[in-house]
Amino acid sequence: MIPPAFEYARPTSVDEAVSVLADAGEEAKVLAGGQSLLPLLRLRLAFPELVVDVGRIPELRGVREDGDTLVIGALTTHHDVIRDPLVRRHAGLLAEATATVADPAVRHRGTLGGSLAHADPAGDLPAVVLALDGEMVVAGPSGRRTVPARDFFVDYLQSALAPDELLVEVRVPKTDGWSYHYEKFHRVAQAWAIVGVAALVRRDDGRIAEARIGLTNMGSTPLRATAAEEALAGADGLDAVARACEAAAEGTRPSQDLSASPEYREHLARVLTRRAVLTAGGMG
Amino acid sequence: MTDQAVEHEVGRSRLRKEDARLITGQTNWTDNIQVAGLLHLAILRSPMAHARITRIDVSPALERPGVVAAFSGADLAEGLGSLPCAWPVTEDIVLPDHPPVAVDEVRYAGDPVAVVVARDRYAAADALEAIEVDYDPLPPVLDLEAALAEGAPLVHADKGTNRCYTWPLATGGSFESVRQRAEVTVKRRYHQQRLIPNAMEPRAVVVTPLAASGEYTVYSATQIPHILRIMLAVVTGIPEQKLRVVAPDVGGGFGSKLQVYGEEALALAVARKLGRPVKWTESRSEGYLATHHGRGMIQDIEVAATREGKLLGLKVDLLADMGAYLMLVTPGIPLLGAFMYPAIYKMDAYEFNCTGVFTTRTPTDAYRGAGRPEATFAIERIMDELAAELGLDPVEVRRRNWIRHEEFPYTSIAGLTYDSGNYEAATEKALALFGYDDLRAEQRERTERGAPVRLGIGVSTYTEMCGLAPSRVLRDLRYAAGGWEAASIRMLPTGKVEVVTGTSPHGQGHETCWSQIAADVLGVPFDDVEVLHGDTQAAPQGMDTYGSRSLSVGGEAVHRAATKVVEKARKVAAHLLEASEQDLEFTNGVFSVKGSPEAHKSIQEIAFEAFTSHDLPDGVEPSINAETLVDPENFSYPHGTHLCAVEVDTETGRTRIRSYVCVDDVGRVVNPMIVEGQVHGGIAQGIAQALYEEAVYDAEGNLVSGTMADYLVPSAADLPDFVTGRTETPAASNSMGVKGVGEAGTIASTPAVVNAVVDALRPLGVHDVRMPCTPERVWRAVKEASA
Amino acid sequence: MTHIKVNVDGTTYEDDVEPRLLLAHYLRDRLGLTGTPIGCDTSNCGACTVDLDGETVKSCSVLAVQADGGTVTTVQGLAKDGEWTALQHAFHERHGLQCGYCTPGMIMAARDLLSENPHPTSDEVRQALEGNLCRCTGYQNIVRAVLAASGQQVPEEATA
Repeated sequence: MIPPAFEYARPTSVDEAVSVLADAGEEAKVLAGGQSLLPLLRLRLAFPELVVDVGRIPELRGVREDGDTLVIGALTTHHDVIRDPLVRRHAGLLAEATATVADPAVRHRGTLGGSLAHADPAGDLPAVVLALDGEMVVAGPSGRRTVPARDFFVDYLQSALAPDELLVEVRVPKTDGWSYHYEKFHRVAQAWAIVGVAALVRRDDGRIAEARIGLTNMGSTPLRATAAEEALAGADGLDAVARACEAAAEGTRPSQDLSASPEYREHLARVLTRRAVLTAGGMG
Repeated sequence: MTDQAVEHEVGRSRLRKEDARLITGQTNWTDNIQVAGLLHLAILRSPMAHARITRIDVSPALERPGVVAAFSGADLAEGLGSLPCAWPVTEDIVLPDHPPVAVDEVRYAGDPVAVVVARDRYAAADALEAIEVDYDPLPPVLDLEAALAEGAPLVHADKGTNRCYTWPLATGGSFESVRQRAEVTVKRRYHQQRLIPNAMEPRAVVVTPLAASGEYTVYSATQIPHILRIMLAVVTGIPEQKLRVVAPDVGGGFGSKLQVYGEEALALAVARKLGRPVKWTESRSEGYLATHHGRGMIQDIEVAATREGKLLGLKVDLLADMGAYLMLVTPGIPLLGAFMYPAIYKMDAYEFNCTGVFTTRTPTDAYRGAGRPEATFAIERIMDELAAELGLDPVEVRRRNWIRHEEFPYTSIAGLTYDSGNYEAATEKALALFGYDDLRAEQRERTERGAPVRLGIGVSTYTEMCGLAPSRVLRDLRYAAGGWEAASIRMLPTGKVEVVTGTSPHGQGHETCWSQIAADVLGVPFDDVEVLHGDTQAAPQGMDTYGSRSLSVGGEAVHRAATKVVEKARKVAAHLLEASEQDLEFTNGVFSVKGSPEAHKSIQEIAFEAFTSHDLPDGVEPSINAETLVDPENFSYPHGTHLCAVEVDTETGRTRIRSYVCVDDVGRVVNPMIVEGQVHGGIAQGIAQALYEEAVYDAEGNLVSGTMADYLVPSAADLPDFVTGRTETPAASNSMGVKGVGEAGTIASTPAVVNAVVDALRPLGVHDVRMPCTPERVWRAVKEASA
Repeated sequence: MTHIKVNVDGTTYEDDVEPRLLLAHYLRDRLGLTGTPIGCDTSNCGACTVDLDGETVKSCSVLAVQADGGTVTTVQGLAKDGEWTALQHAFHERHGLQCGYCTPGMIMAARDLLSENPHPTSDEVRQALEGNLCRCTGYQNIVRAVLAASGQQVPEEATA
């Protein structure tokens, strides 16, 4: 199908992008890699008056360290995230999960920032950044603000970004010393996750000292499996982990769709959380 | 003596002639066609499954930039007849009117309601949004059983019923009487989900008119240029001789392009109205609504057997979803399966009933295998259930019932004469390649240990009827045309060869295989043969490509035409060599006189002699060209044994195929490489039905698996390697001994995979999992069995 | 209209285009480079895969304006002076295509894989082609073709 007509702007700096967005109001859409937006346009599910192509703003690209934090430019592509040595060393979970997103050609174009701003709870990366306790740096007409991941994902396809704001950076605390695993359950390689579990585990003396669990597609936003996280603290073996993970679906509100019922999703969340934690903790 | 091919071409894995253009992008897909002044057609489709159109106004579209014309159904009704159904299977079949654009009522989501013609495809797409349509919703009709109930809402109110037809078949003794004496009966209901064929090339059509003389060329992504030409003449009233239909490079079909589509008729009607060339290309998601679907049946099947597992009888009651209208062969699809339920098994009684039912969904029609995969699935599934009931190995229960190789030719209970086959040989070979006994041992071990990931083994010993079709049989089945195929051979003055075929390939490799056949018979080099097809001007006669018919009917025609050329050439050679015809030998393209090999003439030399006709015998016309039409005397019956091992994670319900082995007997093989490729692709599509694909409708009749993101076509990452093997019992019904291979893999693999899934779960109390066997369905089956 | 300048298969083109024009339609309808086909509208099928500035993209999911200043290689630009690439040879020799509609995308995706991973395993080939759908081949011969093009030994034919 054919996208509807729109005006097009291609700012070359963040400031210019923000001012273009501010002028346009609610009718503008930001185009980063376009891997979510273009299919929406082609199916005529979105009708922006203006598309703001931020793809040529160099400052939005790349990965750097800032003390104990890794700072990833919003425009960094999935392909580059997967291969970035800093990401691999300090946020391996992100690299691992990003490698499961879509397919190689889409990963060449799709960006970390675009995936997060799209705020699709079925996307893999929102739950990962949530599990990493990441923060979003957002530029707007009155300067920059930082939004924690837990506040960033507001509802289905809805982020905390105002229409005149642009996601510029993703900050994730380094997780050196944590082990991790992203357990994705999907029906075919290209399909969205029915459920995904992003697990980070810090072990101490043979026990799980701390666990962080992000859930993909278990509600209208990505979620943390808080009850399971609490129950996992101190777990010291397969049975203890299995018991703790029974709480993984608490507080979730998964949807009914073509690929699964809520009941099945809740079941999967429990099973996959156990598997993710065991794999992450080297206990599987 | 010229340097001639000596090695036999037939039987060699010749690399394909088709590939060069396809791997370099020098293709001629219909959508590639550009002509001066080309207009683009876009179609507004109903967003509702069933509604009355109370008002439609296309005029706002005319205000949009670049728009040349816009039409409602009423605007086009004159000069555009109902789309044809060529297979009215019973005398009293309900045949609803099927306008290419709906006039007052829409009957499925996607039913066309208006048409826009614009200067480019972007302008056309935009203008659709300006068209105003008011709908008065009518109740959707979705459930096949409810649709037949008294007082059900009707898809075609004027017909008074949703029942399209009921077609019965009863052979042998009465099923009821064998059931009375049976020691065991097993009855099951199986669901054949709707499938979307998904040929990779979306459909497209381009029409170029020559207004002055009323001539039209229709380029279409079709499997059936010849049938299409006839039908378009009927639908539009354009005289057949003024229509030329071309199937350029066509990117797959699988039955979905065995059709006379509304868009083809529409493009022609619009080109005639405007006197300008027009193009229509569907988008993938549009095609999901507009291109016919496959399968869509409810099967009630019952077998009666002895305690030893000997089949006594079989009864099948079928409800088949026609969709909203009858397309080209919609009603006949279940009938292609009707004769295949008894499969390779001997029994005393067979009863079959099929009722076609109208629903407010996209029409169904042929999809790879067309009726036969459904039949094979049901019989092969229930053979496993019978084995389980009797505590027998599934292979053993088949062995006790199948036709033994020494019993061929064998007339099946359904009345088909199976000419050849060897089920024992194929099965033994498959079991050995598979490592059946070792896998069974591992399965037992996992079961005993209560392993969370179970192993399942599925078998399918299928046969099929293909090589469609003997024309007299088609008459008896009330099909409106014959099943012959045409070929002609033109010997060019320079000694090169043109083969003209009535088959219309779209990926099968006919250019290569027909070259091999002709080269062998004529004794000319493979590269000297050019195959012409898919254009009613170049290849005026043909019945096209579907039903695994091309080789056994069309290839046979090439073989016979080439043989005729040799016989004609023999007369000329005898004259030139001053010998009698009986004294001539023909080897590797050269006639020579027995006993005096120095006296010889090559077939190329004779072609030139015929061209100059300076010295032809009296009464011989100046040509050694030949043409032939072949009407097959029987169907052909490929068969084989497919074995699948799956690992099923009982916790998540996920199925992983661990190994897949097949041994197919497709008779003599022209090109082993191409046969293997057909088998691979067929298996992949059958696995896709078993595990992944389904056209899902919601309660309002909307197609919710409406894009390729929702309808799960498996990728390379989702499928395993297949181990393929062959046995070879030549077909007796054609001179080459070939049987056909296009549909075999799809027919065989679906039951093999589902049997494996159920086999893995049977120790847990599971007896069936509905297709596609999604993780959730498997998980639920395990949960419900243990509850 | 937006002015763009794009090098495609060695030729530089300058055009004024609507911003919404898809790169795939620009190649096909404006430049007449119809070797790159379109098979879906959701970026699932991969038939339209081309190389943009050294990486594969699905040209139906990239705007022509996004390719401004870029270099595009399509399947039509692979053979040099009529000489096929190793991948093109391998697809031919291993029967890695039937109808051929997915083939341009498959070859471009495989080319991208081999540039990053010159000796992939069979599993790696399957993963790398996850975004390219084929309805004809069942993929096995495509995998064989890619392995063969990488110089690895591949059994000639599996049929026993």
